[in-house]
Amino acid sequence: MSASEFFYMGGYGLYVWGSFGVSALLMILEPILLRNRRRATLKRISRIIRLNTEVRNES
Amino acid sequence: MSARVINWFKFSSPPAFYELAGKLLPWFSAIAIVLIGIGLYMSFFVAPTDYKQGEGYRIIFIHVPAAWMSMFIYVIMALWSGIGLVFNTRLSAMMAQALAPTGAMFTFLALWTGAFWGKPMWGAWWVWDARLTSELILLFLYIGFIALQGAIDDNRRADRAGAILALVGVVNIPIIYYSVKWWNTLHQGASVSISKGSSMGEVMLITMLIMTFGFWAYSIAVALSRVRSIILERDRETTWVSQLPEMQAK
Repeated sequence: MSASEFFYMGGYGLYVWGSFGVSALLMILEPILLRNRRRATLKRISRIIRLNTEVRNES
Repeated sequence: MSARVINWFKFSSPPAFYELAGKLLPWFSAIAIVLIGIGLYMSFFVAPTDYKQGEGYRIIFIHVPAAWMSMFIYVIMALWSGIGLVFNTRLSAMMAQALAPTGAMFTFLALWTGAFWGKPMWGAWWVWDARLTSELILLFLYIGFIALQGAIDDNRRADRAGAILALVGVVNIPIIYYSVKWWNTLHQGASVSISKGSSMGEVMLITMLIMTFGFWAYSIAVALSRVRSIILERDRETTWVSQLPEMQAK
């Protein structure tokens, strides 16, 4: 089976790749978004914690 | 009782579960990558061409697992919501909240891949058939749950409102499942059923099951990852969060 035959999918190329493509896109995107969310959360909360300890130390 | 028995109730506390989820996450991620990798290989290179639908039927290998996951995740979400309402455990609501976006994504994928399968086989991207319509309602239930939880500032009230919505919406699940039996639908009947077994070829069935387990591991992994962020956000004022090593590093 050649590559062009593989992508042609017996005439169903648009439908097969349209399905698998969008599924792959979303299932790769979701973990990336979650990683970003974790980083942002850690950053924000550690900043709050640092601010709180600074305020406590000053007073 | 021996000391070996694991105290499961311990994990209903957010700090304990945060740690457990962190340990389980890499395992489920690895299982998901391996199974989906094998499943994709089998979908294209091992499973034979269908005698009726040619290569177009290969959409089944994501369509059916995605549709199963969309219903399964909703049931688990409703289960956590129910536990949260009855026992007033904070973690249960966080689990429900962590599952909703992934469930919505799989519902969308089931509808999307269904449209891309329906077009060449039925000649229409969409029909108002009982199966398709009830699956669309499932998507609205997920979106409604997410929106409702996001709209209420007080976490306890948001959890309770979301839990009630999730529990009421669970009636839709048997409607989706039995829609192809109860009504005359364009959508085909179940290829795999609990009572009658499978009407598919063996290789196709195995491929579909591998993909399903892969999606299942994927869902657990992303839900664990999301619930860890939710726990941190909700417990940001507590001492245990401020003492976490990942908080000290930055």
